[in-house]
Amino acid sequence: MSQLAGAPRRPYPPAPQRIYLMGTCLVDSFYPQAGMDAIQFFQQLGIEVIFPQAQTCCGQPAWNSGYEAEARAVARQQLRAFAEDIPVVVMMGSCTGMMHHEYPRLFAGEPEEQAACGLAKRTYEFSEFLIRILNVGFHDIGKTNLSGVDSPVIKVALHTSCSTRRGMGLAAEHQALVDRLPGVQRVEPERVTECCGFGGTFAVKQADISAAMAHDKAMAMAATGADLMTSADCGCLMNISGTMQLLEQQGQCQAMPVKHLATLVWEAAQSSRVVVQEGEA
Amino acid sequence: MSELRNQPEFIELTEVVDREEHEFADMAARHFKARAKMALENDTLRASFRGASDFLMAKRRSVFPDEEMLQALRDRGEAARQRSLQDLPDLLELLEQNLIANGIQVHWAETAQQANQIIHDIMVANNARSVVKGKSMVSEEIELNHYLEARGIECLESDMGEYLVQLAKEAPSHIVMPVIHKNKQQIARLMHTRATTPDGEAVPYSEDVDDLIGNARAILRQKFRQADVGISGVNMAIAETGTLLLVENEGNGRMSTTVPPVHIAITGIEKVVRSLSDVPELLTLLPRSATGQIITTYVNMISGPRKAEEPDGPEQVHLVLLDNGRSKMFNHPDLKPTLQCIRCGACMNHCPVYARIGGHAYGSTYPGPIGQVVTPQLDSSGGLGVHADMVNACSLNGACGEACPVRIPLPDLIRKLRAEANAPVTVQHDGKPHVNGSGSHRSLAESLIWQGWSQLHRHSALYRLTTTAITKGRVLMPSKLSPWTNTRVMPKPAASSLHQLAKKAGVPSSAADIKTAQTPDATDNREGKS
Repeated sequence: MSQLAGAPRRPYPPAPQRIYLMGTCLVDSFYPQAGMDAIQFFQQLGIEVIFPQAQTCCGQPAWNSGYEAEARAVARQQLRAFAEDIPVVVMMGSCTGMMHHEYPRLFAGEPEEQAACGLAKRTYEFSEFLIRILNVGFHDIGKTNLSGVDSPVIKVALHTSCSTRRGMGLAAEHQALVDRLPGVQRVEPERVTECCGFGGTFAVKQADISAAMAHDKAMAMAATGADLMTSADCGCLMNISGTMQLLEQQGQCQAMPVKHLATLVWEAAQSSRVVVQEGEA
Repeated sequence: MSELRNQPEFIELTEVVDREEHEFADMAARHFKARAKMALENDTLRASFRGASDFLMAKRRSVFPDEEMLQALRDRGEAARQRSLQDLPDLLELLEQNLIANGIQVHWAETAQQANQIIHDIMVANNARSVVKGKSMVSEEIELNHYLEARGIECLESDMGEYLVQLAKEAPSHIVMPVIHKNKQQIARLMHTRATTPDGEAVPYSEDVDDLIGNARAILRQKFRQADVGISGVNMAIAETGTLLLVENEGNGRMSTTVPPVHIAITGIEKVVRSLSDVPELLTLLPRSATGQIITTYVNMISGPRKAEEPDGPEQVHLVLLDNGRSKMFNHPDLKPTLQCIRCGACMNHCPVYARIGGHAYGSTYPGPIGQVVTPQLDSSGGLGVHADMVNACSLNGACGEACPVRIPLPDLIRKLRAEANAPVTVQHDGKPHVNGSGSHRSLAESLIWQGWSQLHRHSALYRLTTTAITKGRVLMPSKLSPWTNTRVMPKPAASSLHQLAKKAGVPSSAADIKTAQTPDATDNREGKS
């Protein structure tokens, strides 16, 4: 089992009995199966999952575009949806960053300031929760490998978003999680730390610059020759994958399928015995 | 006319250089987005910036091999800058006292126009006709060369990069490496067709770096000897000792500040530090972050004009302290960290946007992330009314903030300026000094879109209705949605939303639901639990 370099960046509680799942708006409409995969994975470990139907979006698109009041109104809805003192596991790194780092600032001096700070403290990104709090291990039980791939070892290209890497400081957790999946060989593209060019409304407001960045990232990703690409940030996934597919149509590269990290984890859990090893991180 | 200048090859190369000059002028005259597009389509430019960015990032990494040490140095650098800003008004007074005690004449300029005027007045008082300049971004900020040249004064840039940029009739594309946008062939053509040797000849064509520098040195040496005034920037002004600190690699800074009889230094008011003990804190970080050097070739500490018993040095030393919007930054609670900047350029070296569009696309003295933050706040820039597009040219990926040696929260400041640009008029004057052009980019259409978006996402029932409609109606979704699909395949919504799937699977929606929900069929296979 791979060891995790570096001390944790924030305090972590013991593995909880019960969690909230924040699906995020992009997972909700574009990668809902990843959300269900995460729910089933946690349930299999005996963790109760609450998926508040009242949740919508973290508010980041408006916040990053400079519409603070509009973002605050949307964030307020998440304060209501995730009101109880239960850890929140978020399916995307950038939304985690919004809730963990930005909510306290967004509600500074507002009546909900305390609630926002409370929510920020108990919000965790998916891989962060699996590695730092559950410290999951996948013990190979000799079953068939991850679905859809014949080879005994599949090459998975990992894309860690900038908000996960720099905003949350979770690049090591991302790598560790992929490395712990049996039958998976992790590869990373050239200039792995460089932004893919998504950046929310940046992709629309500065479309030419965004497209140039996406082109470079997609070509670097394709050059890894991986069997599939994974990430826990759906904006990046849609951006890189969409660009790669168009480049493939133009004969410039060979595209690869993409999967949210949670889907990869759930598939690995089908072919292994998953253990929670508290206190051994 | 020398023979060389009559050769057909020379005439051909001159045309190429002229064309590049026109391309620059053409680009400079356009709006941000058009400039960015031109830069993106220029393969030579892209290659120059990509290469420079990779090279400089690798060099910086090599001088900060220990991550923990780097973070500790950044903490100290940030603290040093914040100490200076904390006491800025007092430190400026102390600086003035000690400079005067050292015989340095101090001038205060609130605006770019005043700074230019002050410098011109000093020149007139000294009957000065020619200036040789060390590198100074503040002099670019106030467009000093234009001002002086319009008054018949010859200004020669003596930093190699600045000299080449001046020959090309362009502007610097980077605050530390002004000519980083040009490759060796372009520079060879430029020197060959536009430089004149002390004998009045054309410089022979050569792509050899030593030749290029040797030729420029021969030209510049003569100018240093002839110049009436030397102008330089300042990296730090030390208040307790009245010392001006200037770092450089070419010796041109030392020449400009010691050979001409009059030295005029110009700097922004934020560059003051209290004591000499602040210097190592920042000097450890500045060259490492800028060029990946442990220390620059020259570190100049200027503490006054030539004394009676000294054989050389300038007879007069002046310092012009420029505001040009810096007091407003100082008084703005959110934007004050802008003034922490030590102008190392690490943010631009690490910026993926800068790496693709280069410095000229920003259309400002300071490009890249720090440029996006500083430029709209400078009084002379036209504010957010002119530069809002530049502020949007950022994916908020955080690479700049991570590289900044003094921990300026650049992404936060960029986001803040976006909010300023979009601010409704009603909140413009809530006690804070507002940024020039605040609210100038609030469009009715965009604000309505965000209000609609906000309504949709604050009412969960309405949100679920919409996502259900999107997933059900996915076959009706357009396959083209510009600009996204100009370079990407359209993403397809799923057949059902996660809200729908979770509900269908009986996933509890609240803690209260759990008591009534079916216990999932799972075994507790935790290890390491008592």
